[in-house]
Amino acid sequence: MNDYKKIAELTNLIGMVQARYVYAIDDGDFYDWPTFFVDDCFYQITSADNFAQGLEAGLMWLDSKAMLHDRILSLLEANVYERHSYRHILGQPHISSIEDGEVESETSFMVARITREGPTDLFATGRYVDRYKVTESDAKIMKRIVVLDSSYIDTLLGFPL
Amino acid sequence: MATLEETEAKRPTWSTEDGASRVPYWIFQRQDILEAENRKLFHGPVWNFLCLEAELREAGDFVAVSAGETPVIVTRDKDGELYAFENRCAHRGSLLALEDRGNVKDFTCVYHAWTHSLQGDLIGVAFKDGIKGCGGIADDFKMENQGPRKMRVSVLHGLVFGSFDENVDDIEDYLGEAVLERIERVLGGRKPVVLGRFTQILPNNWKLYVENTKDSYHASILHTFFTTFELNRLSQKGGIIVNDTGGCHVSYSCVDHGETLDDDQKNAYKDENIRSDSDLSLTDMSLLASFKEYDDDITLQILSVFPNFVLQQIQNSIAVRTVLPKGTDSMHLKWTYIGFEDDTPEQRKMRLKLSNLIGPGGYVSMEDGCIGNFVQRGTKGAPDERAVLAMGGHSIETGTDRITEAAIRGFWTEYRGRMGL
Ligand code: FES
Ligand SMILES: [Fe+2]
Repeated sequence: MNDYKKIAELTNLIGMVQARYVYAIDDGDFYDWPTFFVDDCFYQITSADNFAQGLEAGLMWLDSKAMLHDRILSLLEANVYERHSYRHILGQPHISSIEDGEVESETSFMVARITREGPTDLFATGRYVDRYKVTESDAKIMKRIVVLDSSYIDTLLGFPL
Repeated sequence: MATLEETEAKRPTWSTEDGASRVPYWIFQRQDILEAENRKLFHGPVWNFLCLEAELREAGDFVAVSAGETPVIVTRDKDGELYAFENRCAHRGSLLALEDRGNVKDFTCVYHAWTHSLQGDLIGVAFKDGIKGCGGIADDFKMENQGPRKMRVSVLHGLVFGSFDENVDDIEDYLGEAVLERIERVLGGRKPVVLGRFTQILPNNWKLYVENTKDSYHASILHTFFTTFELNRLSQKGGIIVNDTGGCHVSYSCVDHGETLDDDQKNAYKDENIRSDSDLSLTDMSLLASFKEYDDDITLQILSVFPNFVLQQIQNSIAVRTVLPKGTDSMHLKWTYIGFEDDTPEQRKMRLKLSNLIGPGGYVSMEDGCIGNFVQRGTKGAPDERAVLAMGGHSIETGTDRITEAAIRGFWTEYRGRMGL
């Protein structure tokens, strides 16, 4: 991993994809969220404690793009909660492995939550532990484990991070 | 500062006629009530759920948990037995355990290194005899009976309960036979493993969450996800069990994929203008894939133990929840997701997928995390107004009808009795 140019390119590519990803969640169309993933993807939200101890359960545990779509469908059409939105701030992706068109990266995030009757609150911090399928001009998520720094979640974690 | 008697004298009264059918909102708001709850309930003759026995396998293993607002350590000592005592140093009160779990020889306080055994006894005082004959502790100080308060411990099908009152009823009597059987149904003879732990911070009084878990009436109304996939229509087979004292309950239902629902039952939801009648369908139904785990047809069983424990079986998603007060208008809900040692990889995967239904973002439980706060805010300016709990009459009886608030009335019946309210 000393190919500076290659790493810079991948950092840039994944950074761009992730910028679009958070735009979809924070400002765009939630239904675009699954399009950032390959069909047989894996998406999980867990805590740093569970992750470190190898405990498998997740706050979300989804193993297909269709399940990601269903998550959004249910939130927008079925579930009941008070109106709220997220604001993601991401760090630079840290590329940890490159092989055969598959790239592993980690990215820190902070997410603020804006609720109907409250100020903007810091809702979650953590890191994405990712595996991407990379082509010339695009990168799709094969696996994203959202590792929350804290095991404490305030009230509701409905929409994806 | 006002004395206890003075505060209690100023407290509004909850009329006896209200029984458990009318609940004044001040019960969710007052600091003096919370203090009385810590004293009379969590420190009184009740069983607090502490942890799973599976979390304490080896001698020296410990977990740091809470009984109400009181920090507690649970250990396994070298004699193989489980012990529980306050997480409070005998000297000047510092926490003894500063980690959630671990394995230790003893508990040596970080402040002045007083040592406590795995059973919670004070066994060592640093520089007890001073240095070179100077200093040291007073001659009349005895280490015996100085330790943090101990709990009586009972283990029931792998669930560890503790009580600060020696005279608490035996756990079997406390629960009653019917509730006991339903715990055995899920956990009896099995070897649970922890699949994950999450804590949900809820901005509401702890009793509002307890009410919600005992509320079989809301299940298919508030939770649209459930009803859409016909996991829990009230018109399905099911029922509730309330124990004799009222505070423990079981609510259960059997799956029924709609074939046996007649048109009247199907139309009941339309007629009531309830949000449950949508054409929503999942693209990936593997989310709800399940395997046969029990001899009966019960697909959902929610069981509560007074005051603050819940055992949940939603198909193959098994979890325990502990409700812990944090002030009058906040609480922690501790979730522990459970599998079993002999799960096949396929079974384990189904449990993990079904767990999308539960927790802070669960398709079914997310509304439960929000509703308590809606009540807390809705009742803010109305401490003397009262909630109505009249669905299913005024009794706290076991029955096959789930359009009832009997289990919630059961909770308030036991609560009033124990609180002397
Ligand atoms: S407070 Fe624990 S040793 Fe002093
Ligand atoms: Fe509920």
